[in-house]
Amino acid sequence: MARLEVRGLRKSFGANEVCRGIDLTVAEGEMVCLIGASGSGKSTLLRCLNLLEPIDDGVILLDGVDIAEPGLDPQPVRQRIGIVFQSFNLFPHMTALENVLLAPRRVRGRTREALMPEVEALFARFGLSDRMEHYPDQLSGGQQQRVAIVRALAMTPEIMLFDEITSALDPELVGEVLDVLRDLRADGMTMVLATHEMGFARELADKVCFLDAGTILEEGPPAELFSQPRHERTRAFLSRVL
Amino acid sequence: MLAAIVLLVPLAPGWPAVKKSFANGEVFAKTFPGLLDAFLLDIAIFAWSAPLIFAAGLIVALMRDARAPALYPLRLLGIVYTDVFRGVPVILVIYLVGFGVPGLGMPRPWNSPYLWGTVALVLTYAAYVAEVFRTGIESIHQSQRAAALSLGLSESDTMRYVILPQAIRRVVPANMNLFIALQKDVALLSFIGPVEIFRQAGVYKSLLANFTPYVGAALIFLAVTIPATRYADHLMAKQLRARS
Amino acid sequence: MRLTVSILALSVASGAAFAQNDCAAGKTLTEGTLTVATGNPAYFPWVIDDAPESKQGFEAAVAYAVANAMGFSDDQVTWVRSSFDQAIQPGAKDFDINIQQYSITPERDEIVDFSAPYYSAAMAVLTRKPVVDAGLDTSFEALKGVKWGADAATTAVPMLAEIIQPDEAPLLYNDNADVVEAMKAGQIDAALFDLPTALYLGAVVLDDGVVLGQFPAERTEKPDQFGMLFEEGNPLKACVDAALEQLRADGTLAQLEATWLSETTGVPVIE
Repeated sequence: MARLEVRGLRKSFGANEVCRGIDLTVAEGEMVCLIGASGSGKSTLLRCLNLLEPIDDGVILLDGVDIAEPGLDPQPVRQRIGIVFQSFNLFPHMTALENVLLAPRRVRGRTREALMPEVEALFARFGLSDRMEHYPDQLSGGQQQRVAIVRALAMTPEIMLFDEITSALDPELVGEVLDVLRDLRADGMTMVLATHEMGFARELADKVCFLDAGTILEEGPPAELFSQPRHERTRAFLSRVL
Repeated sequence: MLAAIVLLVPLAPGWPAVKKSFANGEVFAKTFPGLLDAFLLDIAIFAWSAPLIFAAGLIVALMRDARAPALYPLRLLGIVYTDVFRGVPVILVIYLVGFGVPGLGMPRPWNSPYLWGTVALVLTYAAYVAEVFRTGIESIHQSQRAAALSLGLSESDTMRYVILPQAIRRVVPANMNLFIALQKDVALLSFIGPVEIFRQAGVYKSLLANFTPYVGAALIFLAVTIPATRYADHLMAKQLRARS
Repeated sequence: MRLTVSILALSVASGAAFAQNDCAAGKTLTEGTLTVATGNPAYFPWVIDDAPESKQGFEAAVAYAVANAMGFSDDQVTWVRSSFDQAIQPGAKDFDINIQQYSITPERDEIVDFSAPYYSAAMAVLTRKPVVDAGLDTSFEALKGVKWGADAATTAVPMLAEIIQPDEAPLLYNDNADVVEAMKAGQIDAALFDLPTALYLGAVVLDDGVVLGQFPAERTEKPDQFGMLFEEGNPLKACVDAALEQLRADGTLAQLEATWLSETTGVPVIE
């Protein structure tokens, strides 16, 4: 059964309809990559899945329950679905450790002491043990993005959304962040990524969806989609980015 | 320019008379200790008003930032409040609140001009401080809010732990300037009775028919406000450097 | 008949102009005109209805009497308004004389000139009936114990400090209206004014005002004397002093005082 299922999702900003009826299914432990040109609706779709944007029409089913119903409290849902942003969005007035501890303490009501073992393990897992007391502006872009991932993981989400998390990084720092994703993939985390890293998508994705003008024009296993795209627009896009 | 003033002003025909009534050393020495003493009252009024203004300003700023449609009346109240109290001169508020409210028939000590004068200062300055806080809150990028909400934090925790700490820090220089203005406006409480430095200088002026006490009072104010202004400028410059 | 009237008018006018030449000639801002300043607004009973031109009120009447004695006709008197601060600043004045209950003090006299006094006022205690009901009387113990207020720019301030020495520091205000407002708000119990002002405020402004008592001149170190104010060194002062002396000698001043200022009876003397 699908963990996450989207049906007919529509979202407009003013007169600009960014998502025009998106259908998407994500199975347990699956890694789905969203590709497509800027403005094709990838980021908006992810923000809708995390309920950061209210949707205009359609349903978002998490384990079969519609989470996009108007009036529903978004907080419990957001605790189950983590998101990492392109621009890191760490809290600049807090150390890396405080960034990570904030939500588990305030939302789950857990103590710092109780959290420390697992949080320290997360920092260690992503090579950040010596960066816990640093403030974001003392960290490199790659380190900041890894801290942002640790921050999301500290809430033990069931599904993780990644919104072009390597796009703001210097090329030499992209690798260390992709390694984190590989690690999570190996761990069996259910993930949806918006990405421009075609090589990475081809290597690891279970499914690749090509978004064009607010709809999923074409989807399939990476081997299929990258080598034999059915649509002319997909072909054109791939020839530009590959 | 300054040198020209220093050199030329004493040559003006009116200078001896002006000097006698504005820069009289004898009067200065006689009145300065009394002025310093009266200035303690200014400092006290400032000291108890400032935290109240900070708190009230923050509350009003949060009211104005209320997003939920159900909280619209609160938001409207915040808007009306800041519009009204930024639009009325402080001295009018001090008169109206300082004499008006106790005039309703309050018993002592609840009719104290210190109490209602303070209320007037807080009402007025909280409106300005609220606007500064609001600017600060709005200056924090939406992505910070999104990041906090995406972690499951409530709106109020997001405001409390993520937005406000950054916003308050960012507007420290602007608030410093407001509190320097407050230090000067404390003197307006003298209009409803309290004998602080401005009033004490006025009493000396009437008694001695000499304006030198005003010069003394101005010097005392400057001794406090110039360092404070410098410090605010320093903070502002530091912040600009940090952001660029 | 018409001719007679014109001639009469002419002779009065020329007579006035001639008389003015005696002393005040060349000493006024505008030749042939006496420019008199008063407060803005000017209060009862010093000026009635804020209209000094009507000659109604003690200071208005005294001003016209002095002007007449110096040889100015009534329509040669021009009124302007000034504040206390304006008047004691050094520099040129836009008035010949300024009359608005200026207490004559040596310090003020260093900056500006004063005429001989045209009125000597005792200081009086103004309070409200509830305060009297609560036990305020003219004993010094009682007077010390209440909350005092005064107009900051008047000699009431040093008098309070020297004679009454209240337990709590007095509250001070910009003008009489504010003192009365504080009294109405219950922020002060009593205030010190010169007697005519106290009588007026007690009777007209306060619903329940009581003039509790007055201080005799001998209890006061410097009994308040009102003088007209001139720019420092104004030669007109000699002419005004002569006119005032003449008005005092012929009883005009006393008569004007009786006409415009209420009798002080009924206000006990504070021992």
